[in-house]
Amino acid sequence: MLNRLSTFLYLRPKLVLALLLLPPLIWFLVVYIGSLFTMLVNSFFYLDGFTGQVVREFTLKTYAKLLIPANVQIFARTTSMAVAVTLMSIVLAFPLAYYMARFASARMKTFLYLAVTLPLWSSYVVRVYSWKLILAQEGIISWFARLVHLDGLLNWYLSLPVVGGPSLSVSATGIFLVFVYIWLPYMIIPIQTALERVPKSLIEASSDLGATPVQTFRTVILPLAFPGVIAGSIFTFSLTLGDFIVPSLFGNSSFYIGKAVLTYQGTSGNIPLAAAFTMGPIIIMSIYLLVARKLGAFDAL
Amino acid sequence: MKSRFVFSLLAVLVLTSLLLSACGGAVTEAPVATESPATEAPAATEAPATEAPASMEGEGEVAIVAWPAYIERGANDPAYDWVTAFETETGCKVTVKEAATSDEMVALMTAGGYDLVTASGDASLRLVYGGTVQEIDISKIPSYSNVDPRLQDAPWHTVDGKHYGVPYQWGPNVLMYNTEVFPEAPTSWSVVFEETTLPDGKSNKDRVQGYSGPIYIADAALYLKARNPELGITDPYELTEEQFNAALDLLRQQRELAPKYWGDYLLQIEDFTSEGFVASSSWPLQVNLLQADGQPIASVVPEEGATGWADTTMMSAAAPHPTCAYLWLEHSIDPKVQGDVASWFGSAPAVPAACGGASELLGTEGCAANGFDTFDQIYFWKTPIADCGNGDTSCVTYDRWTEEFTAIVGQ
Repeated sequence: MLNRLSTFLYLRPKLVLALLLLPPLIWFLVVYIGSLFTMLVNSFFYLDGFTGQVVREFTLKTYAKLLIPANVQIFARTTSMAVAVTLMSIVLAFPLAYYMARFASARMKTFLYLAVTLPLWSSYVVRVYSWKLILAQEGIISWFARLVHLDGLLNWYLSLPVVGGPSLSVSATGIFLVFVYIWLPYMIIPIQTALERVPKSLIEASSDLGATPVQTFRTVILPLAFPGVIAGSIFTFSLTLGDFIVPSLFGNSSFYIGKAVLTYQGTSGNIPLAAAFTMGPIIIMSIYLLVARKLGAFDAL
Repeated sequence: MKSRFVFSLLAVLVLTSLLLSACGGAVTEAPVATESPATEAPAATEAPATEAPASMEGEGEVAIVAWPAYIERGANDPAYDWVTAFETETGCKVTVKEAATSDEMVALMTAGGYDLVTASGDASLRLVYGGTVQEIDISKIPSYSNVDPRLQDAPWHTVDGKHYGVPYQWGPNVLMYNTEVFPEAPTSWSVVFEETTLPDGKSNKDRVQGYSGPIYIADAALYLKARNPELGITDPYELTEEQFNAALDLLRQQRELAPKYWGDYLLQIEDFTSEGFVASSSWPLQVNLLQADGQPIASVVPEEGATGWADTTMMSAAAPHPTCAYLWLEHSIDPKVQGDVASWFGSAPAVPAACGGASELLGTEGCAANGFDTFDQIYFWKTPIADCGNGDTSCVTYDRWTEEFTAIVGQ
């Protein structure tokens, strides 16, 4: 019986392929595309303000609401935060990844690898909460600043517009710091993987041909590691775009896309507006990926 | 601790609802509510949908959407438990889904699957007109006559003489303040609305908060009612365009002073312990918890009066467990239960008998301490609708409240 089945399948390789691909395809189509599609459909409905019920009639007025200044500002704020977090993550991650990939001994590398991934083992929410203790007005940072008599500097920084606020935790800087902390591992690991794949011989050849270390870095290492940077930035950028926990716990009640979606969907039941809002990050991510492709980030794939 | 998981719960909820909606017909238990057209008058809702079961034999469970700390089973403090006894007595297992805002409650009830909701006045009429909740047959609730006469026929749950719920608890949105900064209680809400120098010599900028919900616009309107009589505000929930805009201007002014608005009561407690906030609109619950923690905190109802909530336990039009729901409704107005809830949450009971010592936890002084006598000073939350109550139908409706509030506070 089993023999006959295996013969049967052996003679029809296409069937085998179809059977193997079916589960992931169904998953992809139903769960992934399906939910996106439902969202798209919902974004063309609207909410009856008084009863709180969704009216299932085609309308564009939900999208029109996205364009009011307050909402445009939410998009702008979230995108610039995502860009800032991504750039900072690259700046912090690259040297460490470079060290891990090129200089660290095997044992050191294991240790660093573990150190980078260790935070991912514990709950995200718990780690975010622990930052409240660090950033609070009476938290560790301001305590330390007072101790070394730098509280004047801290207060000056907090008095700045946009980045400042009454305390680090109630400011955009607080959100920024926590985001960078949370997403950094997602940047380090892809860069490190990319750097490891840069052949040593190329670097040696570069210096044999008279390139200075800076030139080698700029013209050989960086272009080859670029796909890793882009891969990491896709993580940090998209995760920041959608996150709602950090802006709820930190910052000055300003809305970010994720929090706006949560407020509209979770608390006001305004699923159409929430769905329309979600289209925002999808469009922003598409633009981002297109730009990344233009920059040649996917050439190596 | 609970609310630390609220976010992840919500995330799961969002995902699940996406999955369910993606699978189309999968949501078989979805409420009937969505079928009744939104515009239909509440009268259209069927009379008490469920005929009285002869034997009052429960279905074994009841699912309730409630405000945080409203339904306790002794998990936080073994003395505060008004669920376990009910479960043993009736065999109805109680599950509670906490919701932090009225909008969230409406959303949860519209999504369906729950029997009861402890709706505040700003949610109750929306639930009634949306056809989400059903009429309550008060003859099946023997203790209904014990309910405070001031609440028995209150307009936020009684429509056209029909009852859509059983009063649960009520209380004011108090002005909570730090007693080290205010040696004497502030007498006006101006400390959170206008830039002033507080008794400790420092400005109130960055040290005050407001409540993060659209209904908070009413707090601004209430302050203007006293401060700016020429606006002619009579009811902070019935605002003409001009009055509404004045309230929004006041909120914009407050936004400059208030770096953040509170939505989660546990986060507000943290803000007052470690973020240097000294005055805010708040619930008595936070005041109780902060005082129990030894913090220098007190509260007051200022001279302008206060907004407040009067909550009603309402029953879903598609309640899966109606018998257990009726049993809970009866249980919920038991004087001891009422007293225990009032003591835990810092609210006032809906049953006056609870004040006479029926609950050891509340004692005989508790009612006065929780504002039982301030009823007349409180403007209870209710849904802002176009009808201004005087024949004029140009008042600003709730969806505008939501949008404008989000635009101001979300910036």
